[in-house]
Amino acid sequence: MLIQILNRLAWLVVSLILASLLVFAVVNVLPGDVAAVILGTSATPQSLETLRHQLGLDQPAWLRYVQWIGGMLRSDFGTSLLSHSDVGPLIVQKLAVSGPLALGSAVISVAVALPLGVLAGVHYRRFSGALISALSLLGIAVPAFWAGLLLATVFAIQLKLLPAGGFVDWSESPIGALRSLVLPALALGLVQAAVLTRYIRSAIIDVQREDFIRTARAKGLTRWQALRRHGFRYAAIPVVTILGIQLTGLLVGAIVIENVFVLPGLGRLLFQSVGNRDLIVVQDLVMLLTAVVLIVNFLVDLSYRLLDPRIRSSA
Amino acid sequence: MKLPPTLLVGGLLVGLVVLTALVSVVWTPVDPTHVEVGDRLKGPMPGYLLGTDQVGRDELSRLMAGATNTLIIGIVTVVIALGIGVPLGGVAALYRGRLEDATMRLSDVLLAFPAILLAILFAAVFQPSRLTAMAAIGIALVPVFARVVRGAGLQVMQQDYVTIVRTYGGTRVWIFVRHLLPNVSSVLIVQATVAFAVAILAEAALSYLGLGTPPPTPSWGRMLSESQTFLNQAPLLAVWPGVAIALAVLGFNLLGDGLRDLLDPKP
Repeated sequence: MLIQILNRLAWLVVSLILASLLVFAVVNVLPGDVAAVILGTSATPQSLETLRHQLGLDQPAWLRYVQWIGGMLRSDFGTSLLSHSDVGPLIVQKLAVSGPLALGSAVISVAVALPLGVLAGVHYRRFSGALISALSLLGIAVPAFWAGLLLATVFAIQLKLLPAGGFVDWSESPIGALRSLVLPALALGLVQAAVLTRYIRSAIIDVQREDFIRTARAKGLTRWQALRRHGFRYAAIPVVTILGIQLTGLLVGAIVIENVFVLPGLGRLLFQSVGNRDLIVVQDLVMLLTAVVLIVNFLVDLSYRLLDPRIRSSA
Repeated sequence: MKLPPTLLVGGLLVGLVVLTALVSVVWTPVDPTHVEVGDRLKGPMPGYLLGTDQVGRDELSRLMAGATNTLIIGIVTVVIALGIGVPLGGVAALYRGRLEDATMRLSDVLLAFPAILLAILFAAVFQPSRLTAMAAIGIALVPVFARVVRGAGLQVMQQDYVTIVRTYGGTRVWIFVRHLLPNVSSVLIVQATVAFAVAILAEAALSYLGLGTPPPTPSWGRMLSESQTFLNQAPLLAVWPGVAIALAVLGFNLLGDGLRDLLDPKP
């Protein structure tokens, strides 16, 4: 068990290094002179040279890579090319918006999908199961940003219940901050719930076909009793995997949805940095988000080893 | 033989998108780029069946032309993903060893990059355009195909007939083309259909952010973004392009499900 965990951990480190090389290569090795972009039309050969030196662009690529990674490990994320402020504190500040948004969406998604998915799975031959299944198929096809637009149209513009965009800072008014997050979290959470519902449904359908459930039914348990005592833990294994994948969806969804509702989070920062070609911020943020995905995948892998004794023992 | 209902509904929706796209190439009610400032933000009426947008362009014509854009993006993206993913998976399955480890590790890492994140990275480094968006989404989808081909390839290599082909001196390339590809083709078709849906969603989000299809080419994602300023005056403009995206994605997802039931009948 321990050796397996260490093995997985080693792969995680290798993956993180590979991912960082990939991000660095795309940003640095491919054409596109950052200095020329920043200076624009006012560039002279001399000013270009000075700026390249300031940015460290005259140093060899491998040295810049080592400095970038070394800095990140010491939580020094470098300096924004445009605002000249440290990227690290900037990211922390934006997390105060993106973190609660992602968490809220995840809670909404699980709260909606768990009962619906189980119901659709248990009643998969009945009308109610088919209806939930059809609705979730439709939900998967809806882009989260469109759901956001529709929610904003109804609840912000028509009914004027909630703000259509912008963010009230937590320090100013915690309730105001929460109110600005309700619609974005709903848009993201409901769309994610559609995906999750389908996976929970098929996990529940699959587990009902297992021999041990048939045995449990044969000794007199009702369908629900059999599922509760023997089925849910078994069905949880594929669902946990999907929860990990969902986090990726949530991160990406948050990038887009923050721009729909003009929330000053990581997604908005990423988008603005792309517009300004502030490549250091882009490079940091993409690496950070990818690292989160890789680490979550690792944790998911570990967690279903704990859930399923068979995976634990087999190599 | 009874066709799965998902296949029929999916096929119908996809057929509708394809037909709309084909028709829009030769005919739309109004030129989709024709600006009629006097008729801006009109509601549905004769002449403009779905109304007009913020500069007086016909919404229906723009939706129809947007279907072409959507299909082009889907096709190019899937071709990129297939073109890189299939050979990569084939190499991993046929050569095994370090080469397999390296390609599969790389594909695992690539899998950690969501399509939109990779596209944003590309847009930051190169100019945001339809090409960078398609390239990024295509590359992000490569691991899906590489894994499918490798998995099936490992099975095929175990078969007795492949051993016989090898004893007769059949090369690996021959085995790949003659024995591996036909064996994975049905799985690839299913995956390609689902990848099409993923590509449509990703491109719509990118175009919404202004990192996808640039103007004046009509694109459903950008139409939604343009509608946002006028939610008060013309809320319907925020509805139609979304419906189009959802129906197209639903169509390809259902078609993929249906094809899976048809080609790979498992309980």
